[in-house]
Amino acid sequence: MKKTMYEKIWDSHFVVEASGQAPLLYVDRHLMHEVTSPQAFEGLRNSKRKVRNPHSILATMDHCVPTKNRDLPIADPIAKKQIETMADNCEENGLNLYDMKNPNNGVIHIVVPEHGFVHPGMIVVCGDSHTATHGAFGALAFGIGTSEVEHVMATQTLPQKKSKTMLVQIDGELSKYASAKDIALAITGKIGTAGGTGHVIEYAGTAITKLSMEGRMTLCNMAIEAGARAGLVAPDQKTYDYLKGREFAPSGDNWDKALAYWKSLPTDDGAEYDTTITLNATDIEPQVTWGTSPEQVTGITNIIPAPEDFADEIKSQACKDALNYMGLEAHTKITDIPVDLIFIGSCTNGRIEDFRIAAEVAKGTKVADNVTAIAVPGSYHVKKQAEDEGLDKIFTEAGWEWREPGCSMCLAMNGDELTVGQRSASTSNRNFEGRQGKGGRTHLVSPAMAAAAASAGHFVDIRTL
Amino acid sequence: MEAYKKHESIAALMRRSNVDTDQIIPKQFLKKVERSGFGKHLFHDWRFNEDGSDNTDFELNKAAFKGAKVLVVGDNFGCGSSREHAPWAIEDYGFNTIISTSYADIFYNNCFKNSILPIVATKEQLAKLMDEVDANEGLSFTVDLENQELITPAGNGFKFEVDAFRKENLIKGLDDIGLTLEQTDFIDQYETKHKQDFPWLWA
Repeated sequence: MKKTMYEKIWDSHFVVEASGQAPLLYVDRHLMHEVTSPQAFEGLRNSKRKVRNPHSILATMDHCVPTKNRDLPIADPIAKKQIETMADNCEENGLNLYDMKNPNNGVIHIVVPEHGFVHPGMIVVCGDSHTATHGAFGALAFGIGTSEVEHVMATQTLPQKKSKTMLVQIDGELSKYASAKDIALAITGKIGTAGGTGHVIEYAGTAITKLSMEGRMTLCNMAIEAGARAGLVAPDQKTYDYLKGREFAPSGDNWDKALAYWKSLPTDDGAEYDTTITLNATDIEPQVTWGTSPEQVTGITNIIPAPEDFADEIKSQACKDALNYMGLEAHTKITDIPVDLIFIGSCTNGRIEDFRIAAEVAKGTKVADNVTAIAVPGSYHVKKQAEDEGLDKIFTEAGWEWREPGCSMCLAMNGDELTVGQRSASTSNRNFEGRQGKGGRTHLVSPAMAAAAASAGHFVDIRTL
Repeated sequence: MEAYKKHESIAALMRRSNVDTDQIIPKQFLKKVERSGFGKHLFHDWRFNEDGSDNTDFELNKAAFKGAKVLVVGDNFGCGSSREHAPWAIEDYGFNTIISTSYADIFYNNCFKNSILPIVATKEQLAKLMDEVDANEGLSFTVDLENQELITPAGNGFKFEVDAFRKENLIKGLDDIGLTLEQTDFIDQYETKHKQDFPWLWA
């Protein structure tokens, strides 16, 4: 039988299906951060259960960590307790933790690939919806709730229902400065935030194979924004080259064995998907969200739609509510939207490639008056690499703040946040009401578009600079 | 986990779609290391004014919806973040049943771990329920999970689908982890084979 990559991974991880219960799948890697794990450890303790395989776990601190004055104690006592609890839980259970002072620290979905901890064909989970990121390696990676975090710690398995499969086929040449982020936003705009519900997406086509590993991570990261629990890209030479030599990547004989297995993973010719979506990369402009859902997005040369532009009553009302919250008028040109704050970072766009392209745009410019621009590397390794390449100087000379790594303004748990009415150009993944601070207004864009908006003070078509 | 029983309860209505988990429980409340006490923060940014007083325009602040256990809400409920704090807040506030046309996958799973039944309605069924609540705020629905049936005063109820194993676990209040641990022999066997097939994962 011809199988998709998803079906191959499912089959190789199937443990048992007990009568009246869901199939159990084996979990290879379990990623953790401080926000969604404490109650799971508490549950384990209360039921006197142990972590089954401590070596399957890699933990970091990222959501609540400050991105400046890292030497000072965390001011927020509740956040401080959460950080301390994470350290205690990892110590008690013998888990590998990259704490705030560790040179490997950073955002979980940036750190994990840096160390080669995820390989093609694995099942990877984390109490975090952006776990989908690791699908870039051809691993089935998805977010879980805290009860499931406890379940995986105790049993190394999860009861799962088989997902449907969706092929997103993207061929053609992306224009210069259109990026993986723009592809991800364009897909969400096309199918909506519920478009992928119940599905695992596989991204394929010439536009996808041309993406770097960083670009594939950005793309898979936002599979969840299109409603899919996971995104997958077939492993290829780029994947193998990226992994080779990294700390947790196979070596010696094991490398050859692993490689042979990885090469068997791509979807068989003629295998069928439940749903197929096609996009032409040539048509994808740099994208900007105008509303409060990632599906409320359009190209940089467009105008903001009006509620009456939507035939669907619910979408029309959602447009009206979004424009009201965002303080925007229908039919305004996207390039006429002013910005107050620029954020480059997050598990979506906090990798070295993101800072390289943003620095290329920022070089020799000045941040516009009344605009604040912050660059937050995804990890200490990204930070060091950027500094070795002199990127930090480019940003600071242009008037940007160059920060310590963390999730920062993506979800504003650590004190970095928008004030009421402030408008951001942000490389993160969600523009929900209040996501970056109560009353804050978020526009999602690529790093190049964010950097261009920083000096202009409003959105600009990066292709015209 | 508390067992889910047949009940007749007030149905509250929110005519909103794509309600995300950031709205259900905003991020400033995710720093706690406990599992309890999130109900008072449910829908915080919509529910309260700047000064902390109740926002009287917010649906759930209507007197008629006080004590509701059933939440009727628009499409794609619970999208976004995987935070289980969202169902914790919903359950702690007092809801044990949600009715919508669709849910985000992770949120849907999380509900069943917290004694919450997420009922999937068709667009037409949901529209009728919404109109019925609108016409008579404070009315009660009967939810019978055993028979997979929703009953409403005006007769807009329907039979709903739910996975047999999820239904069983909800009705009996079973602990998923305990059930899985009964399969430990199979997990051990799988792991032995896994080590042979994928030695590089165990190096």
